[in-house]
Amino acid sequence: MLRYFFKRLLSLALSLLAASVVIFLALEVVPGDPAAYMLGLNAQEDTLNALREQLGLNGTILERYLSWAGGLLTGDFGISYTYRTPVADMIGDRLWVSLPLALYALTLSTLIAFPAGIWAASRRGSYVDAGVMGVTQLGVAIPNFWFAMLMVLVFAINLRWFSAGGFAGWDEGFWASIKSLTLPAIALALPQASILTRVMRSSLLDTLGEDFIRTARAKGLSKGQAMWRHALRNALIPVLTIMGLQFSFLLAGAIIIENVFYLPGLGRLVFQAISARDLIVVESVVMLLVFAVIMVNFSVDLAYALVDPRLRGRR
Amino acid sequence: MSLLKIKNLSLAIHGVPILKDISMEVEPGRVLGVIGESGSGKSITAFSVMQLLPNGAESSGNIALVGQDILSLSEVELCGIRGREVGMVFQEPMTALNPLKTIGAQVAETILIHENVSRADAKRRAAEALRRAELPQDQFPLSRYPHELSGGQRQRVVIAMAIALRPKLLIADEPTTALDVTTQAQILLLLKRLVVEDGMGLMLISHDLAVVADLADDLVIMREGEVVESGPSDALFRNMQHPYSRALLKASGHVPERVGQTQDAALLRVSKVVREYVSHSHGLWGATSHFRAVSDVSFEIRRGESLGLVGESGCGKSTLTRAILGLEDVQGGEILFDGQPVFTHHHANKDVRRRMQVVFQDPYGSFNPRWKVSKLITEPYHLLEDPPRGVEQDAAIAEALESVGLNSDDQHKYIHEFSGGQRQRIAIARALIIKPDLIILDEAVSALDVSVRAQVLDLLADLSDRFGLTYLFISHDLSVVRSITERVLVMKAGEIVEEGPTGDVFDRPKHQYTKQLVAAAPALPADVQVA
Repeated sequence: MLRYFFKRLLSLALSLLAASVVIFLALEVVPGDPAAYMLGLNAQEDTLNALREQLGLNGTILERYLSWAGGLLTGDFGISYTYRTPVADMIGDRLWVSLPLALYALTLSTLIAFPAGIWAASRRGSYVDAGVMGVTQLGVAIPNFWFAMLMVLVFAINLRWFSAGGFAGWDEGFWASIKSLTLPAIALALPQASILTRVMRSSLLDTLGEDFIRTARAKGLSKGQAMWRHALRNALIPVLTIMGLQFSFLLAGAIIIENVFYLPGLGRLVFQAISARDLIVVESVVMLLVFAVIMVNFSVDLAYALVDPRLRGRR
Repeated sequence: MSLLKIKNLSLAIHGVPILKDISMEVEPGRVLGVIGESGSGKSITAFSVMQLLPNGAESSGNIALVGQDILSLSEVELCGIRGREVGMVFQEPMTALNPLKTIGAQVAETILIHENVSRADAKRRAAEALRRAELPQDQFPLSRYPHELSGGQRQRVVIAMAIALRPKLLIADEPTTALDVTTQAQILLLLKRLVVEDGMGLMLISHDLAVVADLADDLVIMREGEVVESGPSDALFRNMQHPYSRALLKASGHVPERVGQTQDAALLRVSKVVREYVSHSHGLWGATSHFRAVSDVSFEIRRGESLGLVGESGCGKSTLTRAILGLEDVQGGEILFDGQPVFTHHHANKDVRRRMQVVFQDPYGSFNPRWKVSKLITEPYHLLEDPPRGVEQDAAIAEALESVGLNSDDQHKYIHEFSGGQRQRIAIARALIIKPDLIILDEAVSALDVSVRAQVLDLLADLSDRFGLTYLFISHDLSVVRSITERVLVMKAGEIVEEGPTGDVFDRPKHQYTKQLVAAAPALPADVQVA
């Protein structure tokens, strides 16, 4: 188990290193000079040079990479080209919106998907099964921004239960913030829950067809007991994989929903930074998302080992 | 009173009749052998007793367990009977256990589900059940997981689960089919001991007459959902009435006729071959250890000869096969085919490779289901520099199919349209099409029913006579090896421990291991007359 853990940890570190190099190089080849962008068209050559020096844009590629990566490690992400504020602070503020939103959406999606998937699988071929499959088909097909606008119309404009957009801020209290994140979280969770339900159902059905379920039934367990005691944990492995992928996606992929609800999240930050050619912000956010994805995968790997004793013994 | 009495049981699944009016009885302390080929309905009979049937199954007739009519019980009542009154053991021990739970928890579950006892008590009794299944606690503690056990050990766990509550009836559905001969012998002995100790009734289901012959007091022979013959096994073996039973008995001891024209020249020469695998197991960058799968193996196959290679799973048979086919390099020694090395410059030597073909065990998994037969059997053509095309290719396909007893029109079909035996014929046609000198038959008849197996063995004998083929026949089944090979090699833990003419080796084994193998191999009673 310990060796499994360290092996995963090593692969985590190597992935981060590789990702940082790729991200750095990718943005190196993007055309456009941030200094020129910041100072406008009429800037003097020596002013530009001075600014480049200040931003750390001079020097060899290796020097610039090392100073950037070193900064990342110490929590110094540099200064935004457009806002002239530390990138770390900007990201920190936005993370307080995006991270809770992603967790909220994932929780909702899990709370819907587990019971629905188990319910459908345990009544395979019934109307319940057909109904769940139909609804999830729809859930995957409906674009979430359209669903989001629909919810705004119904719950914000007509019923006035929620505000149509914006974020209250955590200073306004926990429930106020949660309330402003509810509609976006539902919109984000809808397709995710649909996919997860289908994965849960098919994984559980596969497991229910396994020989050891028959063995359990031969011992005298009822269908339901065999499912809860023997099938469910075995069926979780593919479900965990999908959940890991979904969390990473929710953290990074909420751009459209954040725009629909005017939420100051990471997605919007990156969107604005790209339009403003604020490369250092883009670099930092992308790096942070990569870090999150890798951490999530690491946790999923550890969760596998908790579920499956065969992995614990493996080196 | 009988323990189990099945009377006039008929069963249909979605309207398709599966069992037709079958009757059989199991007495306490006695073993009922149920014999039949695939599709005979023997497993469905067992599942009818447990009432673990697929959806859409409809039964009529009567199944009485200690006087209780099983067919009239509710699902809840049935759950109370399964595991307590009737225990069941299955064919495939590798998948019969939940991989995520310890063996202790799985055995204790049988007890906890039926009796209101404490967990500690259930654990203590689970340990006792495992001990009775010959898995002592000092070597196999309750905390073991299934993946830490071998196939035979896992089967013992399944048996422990089935007998934990000392049921009156035990149903064993092909309990040893997936196991090696020596393990099979041990498991059969264990079952027999449990029957004697507990006075339990045992319903032993098998496709193999010889497996059942030793153990069963009574026999039932089934075909296509019907009982064709039944009675006490001594009497039945001596005086079989039904033509099907006699054909089955005859097929299981079938010896194909071969002319055999072995020449003196060696076709394949394996000398001092070593095959090692590297296993990284000591830390991240630490030393690696080597696992020697084949160790210093030498033998020859003469042109036209049929050589047997027997050994249990993990003995290195398959590794050796891959080395001979030039799929992998060896770490020592050399393999020469007609004087040329089989492996050169990091890949198989094509000049030699096109003169060797292989037929594998699984007639279901070894074909691409989306290809037509014509494409499947011409696959070895990629070994030729100038393969036949057009009319010439059509002629070759027709010839290959006809030589294995199929129709040349079959080339337009897909593989799912064929039965297991026909598929194995197609596999042989695929091997024949480039007219090889040597065919390696890797457990090629092991998955087939006895009567189909007899036909395929006849076909192989006939083909070797017609085309002067040389066979390397790899199998764990001694009786098959005996029937088709002239010479045999016995392999154990990567080494050849004995070799010689097949009859001599099996009749007068010298090496301790060969003796064990021969003793463990199930055999029909010696005085049985094959009509």
